Amino acid sequence: MSLSLPEVKRVALLARIEITDGEAEVVQGQLNDIFKLIEQMQSVDTEGITPMAHAQDVVQRLREDRVTETDQHALYQSIAPQVENGLYLVPKVIE
Amino acid sequence: MDWETVIGIETHAQLSTVSKIFSGAATRFGAAPNVQACAVDIALPGVLPVLNRAAVEKAVRLGLAVGADINRRSVFARKNYFYPDLPKGYQISQYELPVVRGGSLSIAVDGAEKTVRLTRAHLEEDAGKSLHEDFHGMSGIDLNRAGTPLLEIVTEPDMRSAEEAVAYAKALHALLRWIGICDGNMQEGSFRCDANVSVRPKGSAVLGTRCEIKNLNSFRFLEEAINYEVRRQIELLEDGGTVVQETRLYDPDRRETRSMRSKEDAHDYRYFPDPDLLPLVISAETIEQIRSELPELPQAKCARYMSEFGLSAYDAGVLTSSREVAEFYENLIRALGGGYKLASSWISVELFGALKRAGMEISQSPISSGQLADLLQRIQKNAINGKQAKEVFDAMWDGEGDAEAIIVARGLTQISDAGELEQVIDSMLAANSKSVEEYKGGKEKAFNALVGQAMKATKGKGNPALINEILKKKLAG
Amino acid sequence: MRSRFFASLLPLSPPAMINASLKQLSTQLAQKKISSVELTQFHLDRIARLNPGLNAFVTVDAARSLAQARAADARIAAGKAQPLSGIPVAHKDIFCAKGWLTTCGSKMLANFVSPYDAHVVERLNAAGAVILGKTNMDEFAMGSSSETCFWGPVRNPWDRTRVPGGSSGGSATAVAARMAPAAIGTDTGGSIRQPAALSGICGLKPTYGVVSRYGMIAFASSLDQGGPMAKSAEDLALMLNVMAGFDARDSTSLERPAEDYARVLEAPPTGDRAKPLRGLRIGAPKEYFGAGLGSDVGAAVEAALAQFEKLGAQRVAVSLPNAALSVPAYYVIAPAEASSNLSRFDGVRYGYRAPDYTDLADMYRKSRAQGFGAEVKRRILIGTYVLSHGYYDAYYLKAQKIRRLIAQDFVQAYKQCDLIMGPTSPNVAFALGAKASDPVEMYLNDIYTVAANLAGLPAMSIPCGFGEGGMPVGLQLAGNYFTEARMLQAAHRYQLATDWHLRQPAGVE
Repeated sequence: MSLSLPEVKRVALLARIEITDGEAEVVQGQLNDIFKLIEQMQSVDTEGITPMAHAQDVVQRLREDRVTETDQHALYQSIAPQVENGLYLVPKVIE
Repeated sequence: MDWETVIGIETHAQLSTVSKIFSGAATRFGAAPNVQACAVDIALPGVLPVLNRAAVEKAVRLGLAVGADINRRSVFARKNYFYPDLPKGYQISQYELPVVRGGSLSIAVDGAEKTVRLTRAHLEEDAGKSLHEDFHGMSGIDLNRAGTPLLEIVTEPDMRSAEEAVAYAKALHALLRWIGICDGNMQEGSFRCDANVSVRPKGSAVLGTRCEIKNLNSFRFLEEAINYEVRRQIELLEDGGTVVQETRLYDPDRRETRSMRSKEDAHDYRYFPDPDLLPLVISAETIEQIRSELPELPQAKCARYMSEFGLSAYDAGVLTSSREVAEFYENLIRALGGGYKLASSWISVELFGALKRAGMEISQSPISSGQLADLLQRIQKNAINGKQAKEVFDAMWDGEGDAEAIIVARGLTQISDAGELEQVIDSMLAANSKSVEEYKGGKEKAFNALVGQAMKATKGKGNPALINEILKKKLAG
Repeated sequence: MRSRFFASLLPLSPPAMINASLKQLSTQLAQKKISSVELTQFHLDRIARLNPGLNAFVTVDAARSLAQARAADARIAAGKAQPLSGIPVAHKDIFCAKGWLTTCGSKMLANFVSPYDAHVVERLNAAGAVILGKTNMDEFAMGSSSETCFWGPVRNPWDRTRVPGGSSGGSATAVAARMAPAAIGTDTGGSIRQPAALSGICGLKPTYGVVSRYGMIAFASSLDQGGPMAKSAEDLALMLNVMAGFDARDSTSLERPAEDYARVLEAPPTGDRAKPLRGLRIGAPKEYFGAGLGSDVGAAVEAALAQFEKLGAQRVAVSLPNAALSVPAYYVIAPAEASSNLSRFDGVRYGYRAPDYTDLADMYRKSRAQGFGAEVKRRILIGTYVLSHGYYDAYYLKAQKIRRLIAQDFVQAYKQCDLIMGPTSPNVAFALGAKASDPVEMYLNDIYTVAANLAGLPAMSIPCGFGEGGMPVGLQLAGNYFTEARMLQAAHRYQLATDWHLRQPAGVE
């Protein structure tokens, strides 16, 4: 299978990465080469095989419901791009 | 054209855990911005989620309370999209394998009972909040709410009117509070409903195109929004248009729904199982343990009050409107050793009236069930009459002391001595010869006037039943 | 000048110092023949001298390191020495270290001073180790050459026109050039083992879940593991003892009884001194010795296998029939998970925010376009695509099924052998820029390493000779789940009988 240019742009939009037409063309070629590699997967029949998400057959451990974190917002926000009155500032969010 | 309305509801209920679903930060409402957003909640590079046991238990409790299947094995999935109040750029939710499947809730509208089927309920995390009050053209993001556990409860499209939708929402709200998994505080966003609304020609088996109205946080708005939307869709269709599937918001000021600014990439959330979390496995033992700890559910309790205590459906419904009220009632009748109807009417009339005036919940009542029992016992024993009891109640409410003290202080003991009453009545009759004449002349109402005079003569302490009896005897003879 | 002054005081001469084992350094420190401050300063001086030509380190903070060294010296003096007290260790810049710039090799985090410590960093600090500095790496661990680093490529100390491998190339070079006695790295598709092989050092990826991922900036969550990089199997064992262990903050961290990974290093399984590895069955999968393997690498690996046989091991033929599918499956799963893991880099709460933008959507798109390099963007796009509506079953799910087949292959193979051995990389280190323009050619470097990540199995690489251009060749050992100790034992026995691991590149004296 092969990606069209509009598809490359759609995926870039989904991923919130700005891409010019020129860049999209270059990336399209590279992505299609990678897809040729990935297509090799289709050479094997995996009917009836259970997908493997984790190496070990373990289950989720549960945490006790207790407050264990203290207020560190001053420290965390000391590295933020823009903060005011304890809030992270971003360009206006339109609902 | 006769139209039928079809409604499904998705509710997001914040679970009343003390810490977040995937981190140890606090969930308390109202903290200063970002003081309850820890490293995991703000999605610093390298942080990871760990699941809160209490969130799972509350989800199971809900599942059991609605007769659903608990999926012994469920999986957390990432729902990927970008928004500033979603720090990771994905929400941890459940997709193909939710923790609860199926279930149902009965509702009653205008006396008619109906079952609303549930499709599923799943665990997920809440997002933060965007504050739009201007920060010089920018929005402020508060992530305190990010990571609060949510239970998303989805119904089948079984409701056929805004009334049914509201009845369902209220019943669900009451149930979640009843089983102690959600505080139901809608102003604080603990219980939020989205309504999926469509219309179709009556008799059609095909569903019309639906619109989703998001984030309705009051029952009134839920009802208004649905009614508006139904009218809008019908008008659109009758004008020859088509309904576009979209997400809409309700504007309570203009009382209309409007389309949300569409998010360009629509809804390709690219769900996949979250590799940072392992499958959630709930043992049969755990489920049984939670089941054994479930309180008697409101509908079962209501039915029992009707059959065991002979209460009407309405009265039983009032007493089972919340667990706190039911507990108060059960404590009261236990102390009274019965008195089911007496207790019922005193709670729903006097107590509720006082609570309403004071803006209190029953848990804040200054009169305990034990104290009320003490008062009601005196009525049962005819030591005081109903009117006197009301006076004592009000005094108790105001903190003047217990029933005994107030009765003694105010001399409110009921006069039940026949001899004493006869004397008073004799005097009263002598002073009210006109009413006596009228009564003997056939005017029934004059009797009531005489009763009133007798009560007045006893300064309200007369035993009404006895006064009635004595008066009848004397007027007859 | 300062370093020469210290050098004259050192009981170990610099050549011996830079080739001392961690155990030897520990003993020197305990016997107060050297202080941690001296040892740390010694390495800082070497970094100052050698790093400009190698670009292994992104951040060095002498004040911080020496402060830790002083604390270690105090503990040693008080008789409270810990396993790694006073030992300077280089950290791949993917591990969050509180107060340290932690860039992950990316412009996106070029200004990110971490407000917290990764679990592994906490463990190393608690064991008394000194953070020597943060090492350069392929951006967000995506790469096999350490050329995609925002801070410029890392150079191989054996030949500075060549790559050291990646993505833990900075850590590999730091150890290979003896700028650090040991380092830590991460391995998602071979990123510890392959640079270890190309740089002539030892590196180990543990069983998935043995080392906590909390604080290790995520690339592909179900594949990432942190691990040690050092000059010998014995050193790896000592490092792993400190790094491994349960962490409640990582849901994928395994709760197991604590292990001493060095416990069987010296133990011959059969008590036979001449044949210490008698009883060990070594599987050499035919799929790893076919087309694509460089003849120079093949020769060195064959010689290594022959050496193992001399030590008493028995070589058996095994097959991993689905081996060829591991690279395609990996290049679906890893980018998919990465595309989601990297969504948090949006310029809102930390990291790079574009200086100019028109609105929120534009801020996201520009910050990410400017903050991420080309390889990272490619992988995010692939990952986004394979997860998108309509493609999930054909790609992601399919890859997870192939993953199960690959894991099953190993289970079968381990019925016939104890360790699987083969080349770590199909070639020795290649020239800078040689594969940079062809992503797929670069991906094929991972052909022998990704399977262990997909299956979650432990694997390591040790030097076993030299190939084209006098460049190091690495031998990969892979064990069954939780058999790190046995794997290290075999490697250690090999290293007692050979000296490939003691060779050092010219120009680092």
